[in-house]
Amino acid sequence: MAARQSGTARKASSSNANAKSPRKAPAKGAAAGPGADAYIGWYRDMLLIRRFEEKAGQLYGMGLIAGFCHLYIGQEAVVVGVQSALREGDQVITGYRDHGHMLATGMDANGVMAELTGREGGYSRGKGGSMHMFSREKQFFGGHGIVGAQVSLGTGLAFANAYREDGKVCATYFGDGAANQGQVYESFNMAKIWNLPVIYIVENNQYAMGTSVKRSSSETHLYRRGVSFNIPGEEVDGMDVNAVYEAAKKAVEHARSGKGPYILEMKTYRYRGHSMSDPAKYRTRDEVNEYRDHKDPIDLARKRILDNKFATEDELKAMEKEIKGIVQASAEFAQNSPEPDPSELYTDVLIDA
Amino acid sequence: MTIEVLMPALSPTMEEGTLTRWLVKEGDAVKSGDVIAEIETDKATMEVEAVEEGIVAKLLVEAGSEGVKVNAPIAILREEGESDADVKSAASSAEAPARQSESRGQEPTGDEAPDRAQSASGSSDKAKDEGGQKARSSSSLKDPEVPEGTKMVSTTVRDALRDAMAEEMRRDDAVFVIGEEVAEYQGAYKVTRELLQEFGAKRVVDTPITEHGFAGVGVGAAFAGLKPVVEFMTFNFAMQAIDHIINSAAKTLYMSGGQMGCPIVFRGPNGAASRVGAQHSQDYSAWYANVPGLKVIAPYCAADAKGLLKAAIRDPNPVVFLEHELIYGESFDVPDVDDWVLPIGKARIRREGRDCTITAHSRMVGFALQAAEKLAEDGIECEVIDLRTLRPLDTDTVVESVKKTNRIVCAEEGWGRMGVGAEIAAVVTAEAFDYLDAPPARVHQEDVPLPYAANLEKLSLPGVDDIVKAVKTVCYAE
Repeated sequence: MAARQSGTARKASSSNANAKSPRKAPAKGAAAGPGADAYIGWYRDMLLIRRFEEKAGQLYGMGLIAGFCHLYIGQEAVVVGVQSALREGDQVITGYRDHGHMLATGMDANGVMAELTGREGGYSRGKGGSMHMFSREKQFFGGHGIVGAQVSLGTGLAFANAYREDGKVCATYFGDGAANQGQVYESFNMAKIWNLPVIYIVENNQYAMGTSVKRSSSETHLYRRGVSFNIPGEEVDGMDVNAVYEAAKKAVEHARSGKGPYILEMKTYRYRGHSMSDPAKYRTRDEVNEYRDHKDPIDLARKRILDNKFATEDELKAMEKEIKGIVQASAEFAQNSPEPDPSELYTDVLIDA
Repeated sequence: MTIEVLMPALSPTMEEGTLTRWLVKEGDAVKSGDVIAEIETDKATMEVEAVEEGIVAKLLVEAGSEGVKVNAPIAILREEGESDADVKSAASSAEAPARQSESRGQEPTGDEAPDRAQSASGSSDKAKDEGGQKARSSSSLKDPEVPEGTKMVSTTVRDALRDAMAEEMRRDDAVFVIGEEVAEYQGAYKVTRELLQEFGAKRVVDTPITEHGFAGVGVGAAFAGLKPVVEFMTFNFAMQAIDHIINSAAKTLYMSGGQMGCPIVFRGPNGAASRVGAQHSQDYSAWYANVPGLKVIAPYCAADAKGLLKAAIRDPNPVVFLEHELIYGESFDVPDVDDWVLPIGKARIRREGRDCTITAHSRMVGFALQAAEKLAEDGIECEVIDLRTLRPLDTDTVVESVKKTNRIVCAEEGWGRMGVGAEIAAVVTAEAFDYLDAPPARVHQEDVPLPYAANLEKLSLPGVDDIVKAVKTVCYAE
């Protein structure tokens, strides 16, 4: 039976502290912004991604993770903010810089890390790797290695939502690099013709591998890329998780109410190279430090939590320790999980008809 | 607890590097993400970032050191509140692993890969061919019995395909048709005629001219559990979409460890039309039949077109369904039964004979049958096998036939190099070598883009005479 469920990864998730139901949206109040619950949740989710990615980088350095490995460090506010504006059942799809998206949808850190090390306990049982992981349970549809492909696929997921009239929205992420692929515009066009429930989140981290947006894009304001398709768009400070959440909430409501697609251009920054073997000669250390020291999304959330007394320093420290434990456990799981059985070579090619 | 900072690998192939310089000194506090050192390999210079936070207790490798092995400890961090004694004991134990790390290549993780590679490449086991698809022999697949007295209805291939879609759409709400001109126009080749009237615009969806995009939308919808029938006006235009057919539809089940099925049919006319030039006349049989994760069907007659398209729509896997414009209008008998579904992966012997086997698919089946008629006049009895499915390929039926006839001609409309005929010739040579009385022969298009001029087009495409000639050659009849 080729179409069996990914049992190992699932099982691990039930016992993992990272498994959680979708976070409650911030309470609506007259003057009040998002409350303590929202901020603490965002902080926790962002920190988990940060620490997970740091650990992945470390395991890569030790030769335990191979091939391509694209880290999400610096961009955490984007996926965490958007995810908190989604409802249970809404779908998520993205490209190859995908570990953050998996964790944000509630996928188990153990299963993700074990996929990175190519082990049986990984979400794809070791057969997908960093760029190819999926979880039907968490409505995470990948994890796609071909730049821009996820935009057509995400539009197709939204097509299914419209076809079934099930009220679901698909959050389709892509980068500033993918924004120059032709199929993105083919998809925009169809999404608007049919008013599909999809939000397009452009994670503009300013470099497509080593090519800056300025060098690659005749229109550098990527939120305007929907203009000729009559798709509304807006620019968002992707380093501010609350700004991301507010914008995403609006976009999701637009899409869910039948008005069709919406584009959010998230201005963000990746601290690490494009992949692990990126010498980063196309930008200066000062530029990276400017973001890291003054615009870091996690520092910003932390400051707001402390300023607003949503939590104490000690409470945050305890949370940080807990996250460190989850990540450490995932690294251990990922090293101890066995390599897939040789017989796995021949499974999952086709489903038995 | 003290933390060792290890020499990182910058790529899977890196084994050692130079620690060019330190950017921190002993006693400095670092937090994760801080650059602590620069290292250099023959390929690049890279910065080493701290992964944990702590205080630099000891630098174990001097700046400028060359040949520092990957995973050797290069520094020790201590957490706040730790004593020097903790660090010292960590430092002395750190030196042992540093030396051990030279033998990293022999660690178990690196060691198992060759074994696996061997078991894969050494496999000629038929069960493993085509990704396990042959695990079930084609002999277990049977066309349904047509009961005595069943009415046969003369139907065009075009209408048989249409009927198959309509029946499956009635049967399953998740089935829909999407493509260019499939709805209002009633199909560029009228294959989707009247589907819009019966099923409405929600299930018969006209797209803009946007092959790459709508193929991706179809695959996405299939990931979500719908069953799209994606029509390409011709398969020539599917080259714009082939990334989604192969990278998205065919490979995702495997890459997801079995989670992401993709029940989709890509269909449309394939191969040469008439006088439309090279860009509109290509046969893609061999292209798609090369790809694990796909099923590929190329029927000839109306009954097969109907029965196999219904099977394709029900199949939980991505299916490439190759039709032929030049036989859309030909009529054949289709049994008038309730639910005519044929097995995918089963060839059909269309004419029995003892002297030579001819394999063909799609329009070439007609030519092969005509050639067999002519040859019979000369006393050469051919067995004509209609492959019907190209992946999984029913090699059992072909090999059994060759064991009887001892000769084979593989006919196809497309180019010969790396083609369907090449594959069949290889299989027959491997599995029935001792039975062959002549080398397998191939009939195919000339190795040029298809020309427009009537005489040149005729010269380029294979036909009845080419098959006759090839059969006579393998029978040493001339």
